[in-house]
Amino acid sequence: MNPTALDLSRIQFAFTISFHIIFPALSIGLASFLAVLEAAWLRTGKRHYKELCVYWSKIFAIGFGMGVVSGVVMAYEFGTNWSGFAKFAGPVTGPLLTYEVMTAFFLEAGFLGIMLFGWDKVGRRAHFGATLMVAIGTLISTFWILASNSWMQTPQGIKIENGHVVPLDWFKIIFNPSFPFRLAHMTLAAFIVAALVVAATGAWHLLKGRRDPAVKTMFSMALWLLLVLTPVQAIVGDQHGLNTRKYQPAKIAAIEGLWETEKGGTALNLIGFPDMNAEVTRHAVQVPHLRSLILTHSWAGEIRGLKEFPAADRPDSSIIFWTFRVMAGLGMLMILMALTGLLLRRRGRIFESRAYQRFVLLMGPTGFISLLAGWITTEVGRQPWVVYGVLRTADAVSPVTSQSVGISLMVLVIAYCVVFGTGIYYIVRFLREGPVAPDELRRSIGRPALAMDGTGRRPLAVAEPRGTAQHSLEGSGK
Amino acid sequence: MNVTFTWAAIIALGLFMYVMLDGFDLGVGLIFPFFPDESERDLMMHAIAPVWDGNETWLVLGGAALLAAFPLVYSIALSALYLPIITMLVCLIFRGGSFELRGKADRTKNLWNLAFIAGSAGASFLQGVILGAYLHGIPIANNAFAGDAFFWLEPFSLLSGLGLMATYALLGACWLVIKTEGELQRRLHLLITPLTALLLLFMIAVSVWTPLSDSRIAERWFESGLLLRLLPVPLLVAIGAWLMFSAARKRLHVMPFILALALVLLGYVGLLVSVWPYAIPYSLTLADAAAPRASQTFALAGALVILPVIIVYTTAGYWVFRGKLVHGAKYD
Repeated sequence: MNPTALDLSRIQFAFTISFHIIFPALSIGLASFLAVLEAAWLRTGKRHYKELCVYWSKIFAIGFGMGVVSGVVMAYEFGTNWSGFAKFAGPVTGPLLTYEVMTAFFLEAGFLGIMLFGWDKVGRRAHFGATLMVAIGTLISTFWILASNSWMQTPQGIKIENGHVVPLDWFKIIFNPSFPFRLAHMTLAAFIVAALVVAATGAWHLLKGRRDPAVKTMFSMALWLLLVLTPVQAIVGDQHGLNTRKYQPAKIAAIEGLWETEKGGTALNLIGFPDMNAEVTRHAVQVPHLRSLILTHSWAGEIRGLKEFPAADRPDSSIIFWTFRVMAGLGMLMILMALTGLLLRRRGRIFESRAYQRFVLLMGPTGFISLLAGWITTEVGRQPWVVYGVLRTADAVSPVTSQSVGISLMVLVIAYCVVFGTGIYYIVRFLREGPVAPDELRRSIGRPALAMDGTGRRPLAVAEPRGTAQHSLEGSGK
Repeated sequence: MNVTFTWAAIIALGLFMYVMLDGFDLGVGLIFPFFPDESERDLMMHAIAPVWDGNETWLVLGGAALLAAFPLVYSIALSALYLPIITMLVCLIFRGGSFELRGKADRTKNLWNLAFIAGSAGASFLQGVILGAYLHGIPIANNAFAGDAFFWLEPFSLLSGLGLMATYALLGACWLVIKTEGELQRRLHLLITPLTALLLLFMIAVSVWTPLSDSRIAERWFESGLLLRLLPVPLLVAIGAWLMFSAARKRLHVMPFILALALVLLGYVGLLVSVWPYAIPYSLTLADAAAPRASQTFALAGALVILPVIIVYTTAGYWVFRGKLVHGAKYD
């Protein structure tokens, strides 16, 4: 079989955007975490908050840098590979992306330098201001890009003229039906992704025997956050599902591997193997009525089956049936983990239970997996449309040759694996090293920068050239 | 003022900001090979580490604004220049990655040095190639690209690729002259004169080649009386170059960068004049390519308010990191 430019472009887009989203998701969560840590340090003056700040901003910096370079690719891929989409939908998505660049990207990039390198160049409050700007920037960015994506899922506020959309009502375009749910779901997901990484890092160092305030604080803070966010995420996800059932019923049918519209309540397929050609879900394990309960919040609610939609308009159930279950299943595990944490905390064993710390460590990467699975569900579930019900993916592709896309895909895969693979390697290395330990601080008199005073602005030793103070906190990592 | 033309002006300004800002940090990568000493390289890297991602954001703005205001240009030009654009982006990935990774690597530090140099050189060259191919015109039929995947591979675009490399290298050397002192600065000063001469050479070559190869540009320059009004441009270039040579001789610190910017601006004005009022030279005008008015006005309302604010805090960011670099500072 010869893959077409369309097939290859879809693979390339899926590959580049999946790699990309890993980094922003982490940096959205970490940016707010850093702002909280710095605020706590300013308020209490406790040194371990500052240490955590410096430590996590190292990881943030790598993640952010990787996010920027992989993001530039995204900004151009709409034109290189999806010129049909750009021509058709550019009048709506273009202004939204422009607002994202102007209100978020510049804000983040403009203050990132001060946040990372400006500790001894500006005052404490100004530095906190810069950190806050970066955090706010990441959230503004989430707002615009999800407005754009949600509009592609549930388009409104437009008319179509001369082969392209014409915006009629920007308020309707931005606040389209799926936007509030998707925005909440993704923002929470980013916080959960980062919190799981922080918790797992804490768990790793607790398992290694460290009990200093920095390690305990990050472990504890992340678990408190997860205790609040994971159940809220389940509720938001449920509401998002109801919204999808209303606006994209074919997606719901495909997620559920449901072929017939059943009367008197629909069973939930716990597991099963949807077969798109035979129009049946094989080896299904079912729970009666549960599907109706979940999706309509009623015992006998009706859910439309895939057979109600023309075969050409059905998303691939065999993919999103499983990605959805991976996402939701991991979500359940996260809630379980957070609740267990509460229980152990009340018994005063949270920093001592090794079994629990191993559990938390294993859960570390599940935020990313869950996030990607969720995005695959919603994006593959939108197929065969790129703008739902309005523009088919097949009509969106550029007039490029499959050879060109084949070459670019190969080059991109190599480049991403080398550059971002190395980036991830260093992130993991930093995570394993952990924040600098207090006994290490005492031992290393030779490293005067580590003897930091409460203000953090100047090291006690003046012999050291300026600029080294905070950065040599990672001295053990060199 | 017409909304479409305002957008064209904003995109032109954004592009100039990009060439100016990312130009100097790409240029640092281009002259990296002349400075093999690792501690000097660290210093050169620190001269751009706090600002490079802000600089690159202008490229993202260019793409997004083009999509918003001229979706047709975005869709045609980007799909036409598929291979050079993707390759350019890959170069930027290697280069951007090396900012984060070079300082952390020990055994592989040399590989990241290489990634930084090759990434910067490749991105600069290909940006020039893309510019050259765009100036020569993109084959279009029915509002879509209708050419060969390698149509851009021709002598003129390769020449313009080399020209842009010279431009960026000069900007990079001049920026580093501002940020350094002593022995390193002395050797940077030595680079300015040959790089300026090289840039002049490319400017002359492009200026002669363009009207010769395209009768429409020749017509525009020689028969519309434009030439007379444009005569100050080459004159100013000559003066700028002369001032540059003397500034390099006197080892001035800030002047070379300002003069380099002036030279780039003059060349840029020349290009804009050749293109106006086309969105894609000689086949699609700005008015033809414009997005619906509702798209342009919505985005413009924000741009007019936000862009000045961006320029203010970007300037403030540069101000925070002003002054000479100190050896041993760690920015990674």
